[in-house]
Amino acid sequence: MSSENSTLVKLNNAGFKQNDKWLVEGVSLTVEKGKIVTLIGPNGSGKSTTAKIALGIYKNIEGSVEKYTNKVGYVPQKISIDWTLPLRVYDFMLLTENIKDEAIDEALTLTGVIHLKNKNLGNLSGGEFQRVLIARAISKKPELLVLDEPVQGVDYTGEIALYELIKRISDSLNCGILLISHDLHTVMTATDHVVCLNGHVCCSGTPMDVAKNNEYKTLFGEQASQILSVYEHKHDHVHSDKGEIKKN
Amino acid sequence: MFDDFFVRALIAGLGIALVTGPLGCFVVWRRLSYFGDTLAHSALLGVTMAYTLDLNIAISVFLISSVIALILIQLQKKTNLPGDALLGLLAHSSLAVGLVVIGFLTFIRFDIMGLLFGDILAVTTDDLLIIWTGGVLILLVLKLIWKPLFASTVNYELAEAEGLNPDRAKAIFTILMAAVIAISIKMVGLLLITGMLIIPAAMARNISDSPQKMVIFSIIGGLLSVVLGLYSSLEFNTSSGPSIIAASLVLFILSLFKIKQSIKLKN
Repeated sequence: MSSENSTLVKLNNAGFKQNDKWLVEGVSLTVEKGKIVTLIGPNGSGKSTTAKIALGIYKNIEGSVEKYTNKVGYVPQKISIDWTLPLRVYDFMLLTENIKDEAIDEALTLTGVIHLKNKNLGNLSGGEFQRVLIARAISKKPELLVLDEPVQGVDYTGEIALYELIKRISDSLNCGILLISHDLHTVMTATDHVVCLNGHVCCSGTPMDVAKNNEYKTLFGEQASQILSVYEHKHDHVHSDKGEIKKN
Repeated sequence: MFDDFFVRALIAGLGIALVTGPLGCFVVWRRLSYFGDTLAHSALLGVTMAYTLDLNIAISVFLISSVIALILIQLQKKTNLPGDALLGLLAHSSLAVGLVVIGFLTFIRFDIMGLLFGDILAVTTDDLLIIWTGGVLILLVLKLIWKPLFASTVNYELAEAEGLNPDRAKAIFTILMAAVIAISIKMVGLLLITGMLIIPAAMARNISDSPQKMVIFSIIGGLLSVVLGLYSSLEFNTSSGPSIIAASLVLFILSLFKIKQSIKLKN
């Protein structure tokens, strides 16, 4: 099913140790073109660390990373920008690559923040800034997108719209996405493969596999079964071409 | 035309301001003012080395400042001391060692005031050549590393993740800092070089809303400071360094009015 040349990044038994403490260890995963891989897990389970290993931000790692692309878009979880810099949204869009104005406008329109283009980055709200971060990452038309909790601080309806957007981008650009979320529920439909982390890979597979997995249930408790019901509920009907609902 | 010491000083000063403008912005953005100070203090050691070994001052200062920068990077990796303590340690010890060495070099008459605060009479035609070729080189290199340097100034991890190699850009920038200090030491003096880097950039920050504008205003501010400073230095018979820095301070104070206005507009 997976041919070697569609692989964008591959972690082989990768791990990272800081001050003699393992942040994460033994992670193997592959992100391929057009596929969305989601990392879930509780706080401190090593999701962001795994993303940074995949991106090559951490250098002294255990195991190995094979990266087959340099066209990368990254939305970090935490970003501390120093406001001694006068920086507009527009300048920020050009941060790592010179992108054409049309591509900038298109990306900002897609994430719904085109009206903020000439605003100072320091004056944005958390949710607005998050949308700018996503726009910047997608405007580069990357082959690999790494999104670390990309919708934090975004209102609920916006959250769903942004996940739909991410799914659309994965399809239209045929790029691979490594998505991090603490909430399997919201990303369920937009994911091909889920890796559940808790310092190590606790389980992985399709969203359904993971939701049914016992280790996952222990990790997330009651929430796990809820997700399953929501997910199954979503699939009790199909839509015909004309948009009519057909019960299964 | 170059026979007139004042014309030489003016041309030298303008060349320096063209370089300190953009570099100074990075010094402000990356919070490197004390790093600049440390390199500048170590320049005294470079000057003494120049006299002892009969080298060109700019080249000798450049070498010593680069070595000090390397030592600093090593100390940061190997010790648990905070950055500002290490900077202070290197700045003051290299200044002290430089002054001690001067004490031993009794066969040369040093103009200590000129070294510390700059001397427009000291600028020769050779210095002009060094300032302008060095300056053009510094600006070219800065242009080459602009993207990774700026991106990593905004956010290191983004730059690293998206393949811009920020560590290399940082290392090259450190060398550029040593170079700008080397070419401006005669004019501005080692105690005031950091002022030349920071004050025009700080003035520019007050009146800019984008990085490009800040760089341009910082250059303009530097050029104006040199012209105003040198003329008043001639008029009032003051040292060139303090006169230029005082002029840039005046520009900074004027720029504060612009901030007041924009705050009023927002409310």
